Amino acid sequence: MTKPENEWTWKEIPVGNVILEPGNASQYRTGDWKSLKPVLKKELCIHCGLCYIFCPDMAYNLDSEGYFIADLFYCKGCGICAKECPTGAITMVMEEEGK
Amino acid sequence: MTENLNVFAVRTLTQREYFAPGHRSCQGCAEALAVRLVAKAVGRNVIIANATGCMEIVSSPLPYTSWRVPWFHVAFENTSAVASGIESALKVLMRKGRIPRKKIVTLAMGGDGGTADIGLQSLSGALERGHNFLYVCTDNEAYMNTGIQRSSSTPFGASTTTSPAGKVQTGQVTWKKNMAAIAAAHNIPYVATACPSYPIDLVQKVKKGADVDGPAYIHILSVCPTGWRSAPELSIKLGRLAVETGIFPLYEVEKGQYRLSIDFPKLKPVKEYIKLQGRFRHLTEEMIEGIQKRVEKEYEQLRERAKRGF
Amino acid sequence: MGKRIGMEVSIAAAEAVKQANVDVISAYPITPQTHIVEHLSELVANGEMDAEFFCVESEHSALSVCVGSQATGARSFTCTSAQGLALLSEITFIASGLRLPIVMILANRTLSAPLSIWNDHSDAMMVRDCGWIQFFTENGQEVYDHVFISYRVAEDRQVLFPVIINMDGFILSHVIEPLEMIDQEKIDQFLPPYEPLHRLHPDQPITMGAFALPAIFAETKKAQEVALQSSLPRILEVWKAFGDMTGRYYHPIETYRTEDAETLLVTMGCFGETASVAVDQMRAEGRSVGLVKIRLWRPFPFDDFKKAVQGAKNLVVIDRAVSPGGPKGPVGSEVRSALFGEPVHPAVYDFVAGISGRDVAPSDFVKMVGKAEIEIEEGNKEGYELYGVRE
Repeated sequence: MTKPENEWTWKEIPVGNVILEPGNASQYRTGDWKSLKPVLKKELCIHCGLCYIFCPDMAYNLDSEGYFIADLFYCKGCGICAKECPTGAITMVMEEEGK
Repeated sequence: MTENLNVFAVRTLTQREYFAPGHRSCQGCAEALAVRLVAKAVGRNVIIANATGCMEIVSSPLPYTSWRVPWFHVAFENTSAVASGIESALKVLMRKGRIPRKKIVTLAMGGDGGTADIGLQSLSGALERGHNFLYVCTDNEAYMNTGIQRSSSTPFGASTTTSPAGKVQTGQVTWKKNMAAIAAAHNIPYVATACPSYPIDLVQKVKKGADVDGPAYIHILSVCPTGWRSAPELSIKLGRLAVETGIFPLYEVEKGQYRLSIDFPKLKPVKEYIKLQGRFRHLTEEMIEGIQKRVEKEYEQLRERAKRGF
Repeated sequence: MGKRIGMEVSIAAAEAVKQANVDVISAYPITPQTHIVEHLSELVANGEMDAEFFCVESEHSALSVCVGSQATGARSFTCTSAQGLALLSEITFIASGLRLPIVMILANRTLSAPLSIWNDHSDAMMVRDCGWIQFFTENGQEVYDHVFISYRVAEDRQVLFPVIINMDGFILSHVIEPLEMIDQEKIDQFLPPYEPLHRLHPDQPITMGAFALPAIFAETKKAQEVALQSSLPRILEVWKAFGDMTGRYYHPIETYRTEDAETLLVTMGCFGETASVAVDQMRAEGRSVGLVKIRLWRPFPFDDFKKAVQGAKNLVVIDRAVSPGGPKGPVGSEVRSALFGEPVHPAVYDFVAGISGRDVAPSDFVKMVGKAEIEIEEGNKEGYELYGVRE
């Protein structure tokens, strides 16, 4: 786990301020930003993968059944997936408070 | 029909993400998507030099990084020079046997500001010197990171914070600078335009550019809902409309030979693209007519070149 | 013992870069640095040196190329002067923050306007705070020697800072001087191949050049500042090792006939040789004068300097740059601030001489010392004068 920036002491910072752990931004929860979240109707899904490829936040992962499922930890609720889905299988719904 | 085949080939792309989630771009940022696809296309054997800009800021707030490949940010205007240094070091170190010989792509990435304006000199120098690198410009058509100020890549009429639509002046007064043409004028082996709304086409072009021996330049239209005042969910649709209206044609220039990647029997009217963006909402019918005429003329010229070959 | 020959200092510097097995050279021509770059390009074109050489399209790109290549693990070199330094100055701060051990020869030239190609230290003074280790040299041998010294210091794992070697433009760069070249086997032993601490390579996907929010920035600056200060002992070690190899020992502050001296001249760069002739003349006349030469400009060797001037009554600092609107000459103001905490310290009289290459002869030094002593005697303990200006 990488400490957030306000917890580092000056001695702990690597020489030249390099970041040694690749991709550690994945510890940061951008999912808190959204107000709408995508909901999938599996019956309508044709497994085309457009939601996955068009997501600017890499928030879609392939599950064991071959469906692409949104990872709400990262999803910012932009709605691109819902807009681009060719069968309308994804709809954006308001996120409930505190969830 | 060709479009549909491309669309269904999405799952043939690598599932690996070299650009990690958790980056701080806005919702619906097509530039982040462009960068994601470029990273997929070049793979892990790459060293990236990145200019100051949106993508640099959202991906590298110390101590976090979104990069799963070696990545280097130095300054705003010198990305091509830094990439030249990286490429030369790899060359000489491999020649002297200090690192094992291996294909490692040198990739330079910058926004429209860092490429067409402040970065133009170092880009021109690197292209002229013939370094073996790929330059990718992710063009969101303004200095978005600093607050939506105009650049030479801002399209005619667009309202930005330094070319606002006011009572006397109505948005950007100049036409968008043609960076692909400038790159092609350096007689480099490969130049292309791309858009993340056509993901397979983009990935293929990036792979081509990375493989070519010598400098390659790819200009990628990156829809920015924040700066363009468009709805975030429309970022892919807008990119598609930019291509379908002829405003941003997709083409390649391979060893000086022009080739359209996709052509339409009839272009959609530019109004369909313009009306979805708040940065154009002040445009008069007359201005839109002017834009329509010029877009058609330039598209015809491009078609001619593609037919001729050069 | 290497062979002793007469060689133009710029050519000697280029030969040193070749002997140091530099991997990447990137530069933009600017008088008076041009002969260094030209000779390097000849060496590469003739196959005498295996390096990537680029004459790039601007100085800003020249240093940027070096930043890119150094970060990828290649020993890199560039050189420039005045306007070129001003243009690449943005990147100097960055190279230091990134801790990249690049070596740059700065052929000191005056900053425009008015445009002038001749020598002074205004360009060096512009980058005092850029965070590079900075040496001043006095003659061709020192320039040649310091290329090797600088790479060894810079690449030291306890240091990892870029280095500027200041060499007076024209007065050194274009002059043929006698110097002793060092045998290649000795160089190879003194300066092993560069082993980077962090490098850009797919096998270790690191991120370099991240941006820092206010919450962490101060910590990064403290780390950088402490590291630069702590490089001083390593610099001394390298100088000792170099001295053991060649018999030429260098020090942060060098003194000449300062024993019991009442008045001390303080100089940097090639002023030193001329001033020592003046000191000999004045001593011969029975005057109590000596010379203190600053060789290490950054990190400033406060302790060595205070020790060197202890006991003197008057310091006559000869600056080679103006600091308009500032506290007199730049070196003079740093000297004064170095001595501020001392319970007893000499008076400091500040002259700016030799700007834009105007000749400063031994007689001028004698005149300046004479004037300073009189003024200080009359109570003006903090004088300042732009010497030799026609009224």
